[in-house]
Amino acid sequence: MTHEHDITCQNILENLNTYIDGELGDEICADIEAHIQTCLDCRIVVNTLKKTIELCKYADSESSLPVETRHRLFAKLNLEDYEKKD
Amino acid sequence: MNENSKTFELEALQKRDRAVFAQVLDQNSDRIYRLALKMLGNVQDAEDILQETFIKAFNNIDQFEGRSKVSTWLYRIAVNESLMLLRKRKGNTIQLDAPLETDEGDLIPRQIVDWCCLPEKELMNTETRDHIREAVKTLSDANRAAFILRDVEGLSTQETAEALDISESAVKVRLMRARMQLREELTAFFAEKMIKETL
Repeated sequence: MTHEHDITCQNILENLNTYIDGELGDEICADIEAHIQTCLDCRIVVNTLKKTIELCKYADSESSLPVETRHRLFAKLNLEDYEKKD
Repeated sequence: MNENSKTFELEALQKRDRAVFAQVLDQNSDRIYRLALKMLGNVQDAEDILQETFIKAFNNIDQFEGRSKVSTWLYRIAVNESLMLLRKRKGNTIQLDAPLETDEGDLIPRQIVDWCCLPEKELMNTETRDHIREAVKTLSDANRAAFILRDVEGLSTQETAEALDISESAVKVRLMRARMQLREELTAFFAEKMIKETL
């Protein structure tokens, strides 16, 4: 990123993960939020990074275990007697 | 699950109680399959890893001391099995505890495009989902494992570290690399769409 907030932008990058995960203290969170209000580049990076994580979770949400695969798993472990039939 | 029921479950597993094995299977097979599918990219390999994970877990249940959740232990076996398979296929060595690369270039955002404003139907359509799946495949195996466990499966940083047998700080670095790489991939993908729309 190339604009007048270089040092503070660098701080944002250093804390990006922990900020997004909500693992930062209140004070530094407030500093970051104040910065991204005025720095468009950082705001875009933070928002697109959050959205990326959200979309990746969503893209995977329909990958559930097929019934046949589940059945073969129980059979492989000789646990057919305990398999719940949906 | 409280401490008493965890102890009971562990004791029952170690006594090879088949009903409790089946319960563990019921509670964990979905998540292990999802992890294997994301790590390996095809359903046959995912099924092989799923079966191998539970066979290994039940055969080696005496080695499980109950310090982590059963699910974390299963994730650990599944990740190791997946990496072994990938290693065989690629003919090289993948080590989760390998030293982290020192190049920080991949942590610097390169493309600044605000695509969050795109309509939900564009952000969540089939084409986007396919692109995301392909993008996840391009991550290094070690970064992909950290990303899937932490961001897709929703484990804590500590649980992810336990499942991968690496430090929490190593998890954070791998996660950041994976997230930033995926952000770049998605930014390029959506930027192209935005350009096409303006033409």
